[in-house]
Amino acid sequence: MIRIEYYLIVSTLMFFIGIFGFITRKNMIAILISLELVLNAVEINFAAFNRYLFPERLEGMFFTLFGIAITAAETAVALAIIINAYRSIGNININNLTKMRG
Amino acid sequence: MEYSLLILITPFVLFLFLGLVGGKLKPKSAGIIGTLGMTLCAALSYTVAYQYFFGIGKTSGAWSSIIPFNFEWLRFTDLLHIDIGILLDPISVMMLVVITTVSLMVHIYSLGYMHGESGFQRYYALLSLFSFSMLGLVIATNIFQMYIFWELVGVSSYSLIGFYYQRPSAVSASKKAFIVTRFADLGFLVGILILSYYTGTFDFAALTASNAELVTTSLAGGTFLGLSLATWALALIFMGGAGKSAMFPLHIWLPDAMEGPTPVSALIHAATMVVAGVYLVARLFPVYFFAAPDVLEMIAWVGTFTALFAAIIAITQTDIKRVLAFSTISQIAYMMVALGVSDYGGHDGLGYMSSMFHLFTHAFFKALLFLGAGSVIHAVHSNEMGAMGGLHKYMKITSWTFLIACLAIAGIPPFSGFFSKDEILSAAFHNQPVIFWTLWIVAGMTAFYMFRLYFRIFWNGKREYKGLHKPQESPFSMVMPLVLLAIFSIGTGFIHFADFISSDNMPFHTHIDWKGVAPLSIAVALAGIGTAYAFYFRESRKSSVIAGKMGIFYRCVLHKFYIDEVWMWITRTIIFRYICDSIKWFDRHIIDGAMDGISWTVQKASTSIRGLQSGYVRFYVYVFVAGTLIIAAIALFA
Repeated sequence: MIRIEYYLIVSTLMFFIGIFGFITRKNMIAILISLELVLNAVEINFAAFNRYLFPERLEGMFFTLFGIAITAAETAVALAIIINAYRSIGNININNLTKMRG
Repeated sequence: MEYSLLILITPFVLFLFLGLVGGKLKPKSAGIIGTLGMTLCAALSYTVAYQYFFGIGKTSGAWSSIIPFNFEWLRFTDLLHIDIGILLDPISVMMLVVITTVSLMVHIYSLGYMHGESGFQRYYALLSLFSFSMLGLVIATNIFQMYIFWELVGVSSYSLIGFYYQRPSAVSASKKAFIVTRFADLGFLVGILILSYYTGTFDFAALTASNAELVTTSLAGGTFLGLSLATWALALIFMGGAGKSAMFPLHIWLPDAMEGPTPVSALIHAATMVVAGVYLVARLFPVYFFAAPDVLEMIAWVGTFTALFAAIIAITQTDIKRVLAFSTISQIAYMMVALGVSDYGGHDGLGYMSSMFHLFTHAFFKALLFLGAGSVIHAVHSNEMGAMGGLHKYMKITSWTFLIACLAIAGIPPFSGFFSKDEILSAAFHNQPVIFWTLWIVAGMTAFYMFRLYFRIFWNGKREYKGLHKPQESPFSMVMPLVLLAIFSIGTGFIHFADFISSDNMPFHTHIDWKGVAPLSIAVALAGIGTAYAFYFRESRKSSVIAGKMGIFYRCVLHKFYIDEVWMWITRTIIFRYICDSIKWFDRHIIDGAMDGISWTVQKASTSIRGLQSGYVRFYVYVFVAGTLIIAAIALFA
């Protein structure tokens, strides 16, 4: 049986790669992908902890399923925003979306 | 008697109506509406007076106070509450008659006098407002209601003095009147607060009940700077009265107030508003007499000095309205003296009765004098005596009515002034000889300057008035009030006033002292008239020769003893420089400084943290993650 640490290592790596991409990338699609990485890292954690700590129950698995559904919805919204942003400013560089800066 | 409320409502409704929609009416119809309203008001007052004095007023031999309407307006505690009500007792009913009569005369007179002036509707609206506030003042049931209307009177007087607001002199006169009386009212307010703080009531009836027992007991023992609290409270209240009634040294506003239209001077600055101070002291007379007799004595001396002082100045003035203004100050001082020397109860309260009597008669003959002066000014378009003379043959009715008023104020029987002045003199005679002899001299001076005025306007040589400037008798609407007031000036002296008004509300008996005071006062009046006749009936240089011999004294008097300049100096150097400047410094540096400091700090703080709100999401995420890590690290290792 694979030890829980391996799952956690993978998910931690995915999480910080996602954070890093989120902070550094300027393309909004890339930021969206990074965000997906962060969310998926969290879902791996849910599944892993559920499997190892409470094998007789399924809450973690359900949470993972919910998370996947929410991620899909969020992606749809984010893509809609990106398309609108592209329509209004002609590109999808996040640095150009500064109209609401204080 | 509930309908007496209408006496108040009518002028107020008129004010609102004329003030709001008057501009849409024709001037003439606005004037007629105002006059008709005032007629209604006068008729109601006469009905009230008739019903009071000849019907329900007397219960078991004494005049009672009737409160037909009372309404609790503002409640502080069970005892201390401010009411708005109507108090009918002999002096308030008498004042109702005086005010509405003079006001009605002025309304009618103004139809002619103010004809063609711009702002005619505004004028009538303000007259209604003034009548409303003055009527409210006299029927006040409590001292705070009186104070409210007192201030309203001040405001309406302010706007009427400044009626010709395009004229800078009128504007500054109105400001002066307002500020001086307001300054005095500060004392009035403090006095009211002291009085009501200790007694726990504003009510006149409670304050004066059973020889002002409430005041004497509740203020007993308290002293401040060596004077008792009652003295302080009542002296401060008198200060308010002195301001409105133009007692020395707060008289300076009244001569300047002559900038207003002449009928306004007749209404406000002769017959009604300026006697408010006398009325106030009369209203609180038992309190003064029992709680602070020393203040009453002070009132007598202030009044005596003012009477003499104003009479001296009146002799030298050449503006006819100013002569009348100073004579008003002098006559009101007479009323104050009468209150000051009065005792309480029965025949000893002669001073109180004579003060009210003189108030009553003075209102009519002084209004007549002002309206007569207005008629003359209307004819020659000048206030200066130099522009007049020999007008008798042009203006017969004005001349005769003016003569009647002059005889009345000089105190020649059987004109009304004789009776009231004689009562004042005999009250003073029994109380304080110095005051009596001063007043006696003032009576002579009064006769002198009034007849100087009369002769210089109507006789004194034959001036040629040519062409368009030929003076002629005023229109009917102006002459009619003159004739009516002349009838009042003759007739009112025969009223046996002591039957109606006395300090303890019990009728008593008076008689003219034909062996003592009366001949003296007639003699001095005749002497004054004779001197005036010798100097001024024909054109002569006698008076200016004497004036030249007086030298510096004459110049002093001509400049009204430089009291205005003294006040100006006090205001400029003491109040402005020391008080106002230090307050200004405090305001600029401490108050504004604190406020500016707060806004400066907030601004600095916001500019320094504004950079955090960069608009870059990744920066927010970076901060968020860094924060999370720090918190996690603290949670793990601490």
